[in-house]
Amino acid sequence: MEASGVVPISLKSSGRSRRRQRTNYVAQGASVFAAFLAIGVLALVVISVLVRGLKAINLDLFTKNQVTFGETGGGIANGLVGTAIIVAIATAIALPVGIFAAIYVAEFAGSRASRVVRLALDVLNGVPSIVVGIFAYALLVVGSGYAAWKASVALAIVMLPLVARSTIEVLRLVSDSLRYGSYALGISKWRTVLFVVMPSAIGSIMTGATLAVARAAGETAPLLFTTSIFLPNQVVTDPSHAMAAVPLLILFDSESPDPSLNNQAWAAAFVLMFFVLVLSLSARYVLARRERKLRAR
Amino acid sequence: MDAPIAKPPLDRLASRRGLRDRLGDSSLRWISALAAVGVITVIALIIYEVIDQARPSIRTFGISFVWHRTWNAVTDQYGALDFLVATLYVTGLAVLLAAPVAIAIGLYLSELAPGGVRGVVGSLVEMLAAIPSVVLGLWGILVLGPVVHNEFGPWLNDVLGWTPFFATRPISGSTMFTAVLVLAIMIVPITAAISRDLFLQVPPDIKEGAIGLGLTRWEMVRGVMLPYTRGGLISAVLLGAGRALGEAIAVTQVIGTTAHLTANLFETGDTLASRIAAQYQAAASNLQVASLFYLGVILLAISLIVNFAALLIVRRYDIAQRV
Repeated sequence: MEASGVVPISLKSSGRSRRRQRTNYVAQGASVFAAFLAIGVLALVVISVLVRGLKAINLDLFTKNQVTFGETGGGIANGLVGTAIIVAIATAIALPVGIFAAIYVAEFAGSRASRVVRLALDVLNGVPSIVVGIFAYALLVVGSGYAAWKASVALAIVMLPLVARSTIEVLRLVSDSLRYGSYALGISKWRTVLFVVMPSAIGSIMTGATLAVARAAGETAPLLFTTSIFLPNQVVTDPSHAMAAVPLLILFDSESPDPSLNNQAWAAAFVLMFFVLVLSLSARYVLARRERKLRAR
Repeated sequence: MDAPIAKPPLDRLASRRGLRDRLGDSSLRWISALAAVGVITVIALIIYEVIDQARPSIRTFGISFVWHRTWNAVTDQYGALDFLVATLYVTGLAVLLAAPVAIAIGLYLSELAPGGVRGVVGSLVEMLAAIPSVVLGLWGILVLGPVVHNEFGPWLNDVLGWTPFFATRPISGSTMFTAVLVLAIMIVPITAAISRDLFLQVPPDIKEGAIGLGLTRWEMVRGVMLPYTRGGLISAVLLGAGRALGEAIAVTQVIGTTAHLTANLFETGDTLASRIAAQYQAAASNLQVASLFYLGVILLAISLIVNFAALLIVRRYDIAQRV
């Protein structure tokens, strides 16, 4: 007579609960499906570029220059040298300006000044690269002609907010106790900034800069307006002349009706992508490890 | 009687160091302030110079440039409407296509994926965000274009030909549809990486609280995670939109660079950025060059508005979270 009146409670879900479970499965399934679909498409893009590039790649690509239209063969040696020089000069401009601007924001500026500079950096980051291109064209090219250093200036403007923003983030992560410890020893501010704060942040700053270099190496629009559309067919090392660059070669070869030039575009794209991906992946890896260390401190 | 202890020249040391430190402090302060002023000058100079170069066109056509359709080098008549509409249309569709997928990737990577997959797929997504746009354009023109021309085009026209979007079959691979796909592929990784980071920032205690109350995982996502990250998600999508708006090269490669004012995605098109990229070398008159700069002014204005909106939303959301 003890349990006769008690209705056994079923642990199986039913009714409303079942419906909620079903919604849950459907929604999760849809999310996983969408994620896989998108990742699949993205992977397909990368693989198709890599496969076509690998097929077209050969030693001539690195050792020979572009040929004039109609001839076959040739390589992109002039573009590789051009990109290396243009990006190097751009880095030499963007790195000091970006890092010092970040030092100002993180170490010296009051809250209002720091907000203004950070706003300027955010705005600069939002300027489309083609607008940077026409700006450099109007400011530097009109009246005096194309030159590689003008392309470097344009790329430096693209890199500047990337470098400065990542440096500000890194300097913020450096613990204040480090600064106070230094002040307590009677060390002045500039020594504290340059010899205590910077050494503990410089690694992460450099990885941020590496990401900016990777981005600049692939930029095409700023180059289009600053270093000639009629690319020289030989290696140029003087930055006051127009220079070929890998992204420009890819652009022109991709629109060419000549399939051998299309093949060259794939090979050049492979080289560019390989460079950019290796650079950004290793930078990200190092950055993640360093930030974990800095946070743990 | 003790040997007099030589008094160290503390004063002199202190004053010498004092001078050096005063100099060092103020020079570091000034150098870094100069760099900061440099940043502000660059952005101000960009805005000024682009408007200044557009001045002849602004003077000739005024604000009506924005809603006039003609772009005729022979009669020297220029208007931006076709490009403006195409820019908003193509970007809007790309964002519409990319945003849900990107957020789904973010959810998958932060909530659903097993640990090992998370790292691999996560870095794959970040890798994709670093692909140069000219490489995407190359893929778009040589691989995606023919597929759109021969497969997607006829098929979508058969199935959805009654809508205005797919009213005809594409006559080549260079269409607005191709541009939409390329832009979507470009912004998915950017938006996905940011949304994953946002989802990872949701405090575990409120997620566990929701699960503890008996919510299913999806209810927890919809009821806790999405509201918590809403501001950040909107600005992640806006940042993606900003990238797509200003993308010149990949779009120039695949869109066909001939303007049409139509909803038909299988027509060629021309955006603000792609028109500038395609025409500046061939510009015949000063007025045409100025009009291209005028397009640049419009593009700059739109992308600054989009980026500001993203910043404002983030800020409001940050404050709301702190309260």
